[in-house]
Amino acid sequence: MNYFKQDLASLHADLVAKKMSSQELTQATFDNIKATDPKIDAFLALNEDAALEQAAKIDAAGIKDDQPLAGIPVAIKDNIVTKGLTTTAASKILANFKPVYDATATQKLADAQMVTVGKTNLDEFAMGGSTETSAFKQTKNAWDQTKVPGGSSGGSAAAVASGQVVAALGTDTGGSIRQPASFNGVVGMKPTYGRVSRWGLIAFGSSLDQIGPLTRGVKDNATILSAIAGHDDHDLTSSDQAVPDFARDLNDAASVKGLRIGLPKEFLADGVDADVKAAILAAADTYRKLGATVDEVSLPHNKYGVAAYYIIASSEASSNLQRFDGIRYGYRAQDVKNLEDVYVKSRSEGFGDEVKRRIMLGTFSLSAGFYDAYFLKAAKVRTVIINDFKAVLKDHDFIMGPVAPTPAFDLGAELQDPITMYMNDILTIPVNLAGLPGLSLPAGFSHNLPVGMQLIGRPFDESTLYKAGYVFEQNTDFHLQVPTLGGQN
Amino acid sequence: MANRINRDQVQHVASLAKLEFTEAQLDAFTPQLDDIIGLFETLSEVDTDNVEATSSVSDQLNVMREDVADNWGQSQALLKNAPDAARGFIKVPAIIDESEDN
Repeated sequence: MNYFKQDLASLHADLVAKKMSSQELTQATFDNIKATDPKIDAFLALNEDAALEQAAKIDAAGIKDDQPLAGIPVAIKDNIVTKGLTTTAASKILANFKPVYDATATQKLADAQMVTVGKTNLDEFAMGGSTETSAFKQTKNAWDQTKVPGGSSGGSAAAVASGQVVAALGTDTGGSIRQPASFNGVVGMKPTYGRVSRWGLIAFGSSLDQIGPLTRGVKDNATILSAIAGHDDHDLTSSDQAVPDFARDLNDAASVKGLRIGLPKEFLADGVDADVKAAILAAADTYRKLGATVDEVSLPHNKYGVAAYYIIASSEASSNLQRFDGIRYGYRAQDVKNLEDVYVKSRSEGFGDEVKRRIMLGTFSLSAGFYDAYFLKAAKVRTVIINDFKAVLKDHDFIMGPVAPTPAFDLGAELQDPITMYMNDILTIPVNLAGLPGLSLPAGFSHNLPVGMQLIGRPFDESTLYKAGYVFEQNTDFHLQVPTLGGQN
Repeated sequence: MANRINRDQVQHVASLAKLEFTEAQLDAFTPQLDDIIGLFETLSEVDTDNVEATSSVSDQLNVMREDVADNWGQSQALLKNAPDAARGFIKVPAIIDESEDN
């Protein structure tokens, strides 16, 4: 069965019309993953028996018109807990962890009767931009297996790009959905902070983390976000704002006519690859031709985002990761003589280098004598960055720019150089600091590697981003190009 | 190497974080952390006089709910994740360090 060129709507139509069953689609998905994953290593674990059993139940009950996601396979990033299915956050410290509950986002997908086929690879605890800090395997870019898939949701992005699944969940603390989406030529949404419950997301930076969808098209992305969004009593930072049917207005009537778009000059500054710059300028022209205005604007403190972020995110991480102590769950070191040894040796043997680096940076930034100069200063700079966005979004409907300064880089190229790796996030990080929605979608190619465009909106205005993304898709063909891998094409 | 942080300080921060490093790891980590802290110090260029700190961007404030337990009664399932358990309890090594007990 070839479902590679299908989207959620066409799969749903086929399932309702009984042209295929959920069991057939789910089996075809596993067959496809087994054929292609030796090349890209997107998955850490497959959920084959339970998924096929769930698909059989869904088939037996029948799929109705008003169940747009029922019976369709989905992949889940492995820092989102799944009941009874090993969840590792790609860390040795959680290698054997079996959650006893589902994250709200995965529970909502299960309620919509999506079929979880497996858990995708990531940077350990989502700390990284290349999926290379995973303790278990190295995921490759779907377009070129000598390149990184981006990160930290590299497994989810590669799984969608290679046609293994039509949709996957990722998480984004500083760009971890948008940058791998960009590197793999797929669509990724980092929703507004509070739009999606973080319950069951293994916490990294709690004031920054959001769960969001990765898909091949904008409309599919909107459909999944509507399914997972909404207030949750288990996450009191989740918003009680109403959740629109984000996909509803994505049709021929959708238009960007009259919209005002801001293009920050800092987003096309030195350090941004020439092909990336050209793709974004061409996209700006596309929007102008479609009746929008695109103005040059300024986010003057953008360059301080990386420093502020690595203080704030590392501080929150150092606090969140205190729970990994070798006592109640996770890895415990052997040959320990006392309780202090359990803590120190379990953590030192269980965490990888990048996680340790961040714990150290966070602990330092929060420690006596350094708190005011580092953590508090960063929290104030965060306010300044938020104010920059507010000023631009006051008279612009959204902001456009690149997702990352470059296309996907070579495997191993930046792993030993933390600062270079951190600077890759310069265009995505400020969006998390401000809690705004950010959409990444295909906008060009550079030497046969995808280039992504980022649209940044006002709080809780994902609708405008989806509309602008959908209109862009309708007027370009970047999203129709797919990697040749495993002979799907 | 600029001395924003030295080996002793790295060692001190490691003890706060309940981590330990070998000498070789300290040799590698100290200059890396020093470089990153140098990046952090660029924030001093930003004027933040009279600027409030942001700790959350949630639109929810002081959300109250009834304190009702849900999804409880799973102690057996939870214990399966414990590295060591017996008779319904998590087992740990001696909490009192006997080497200090004299």
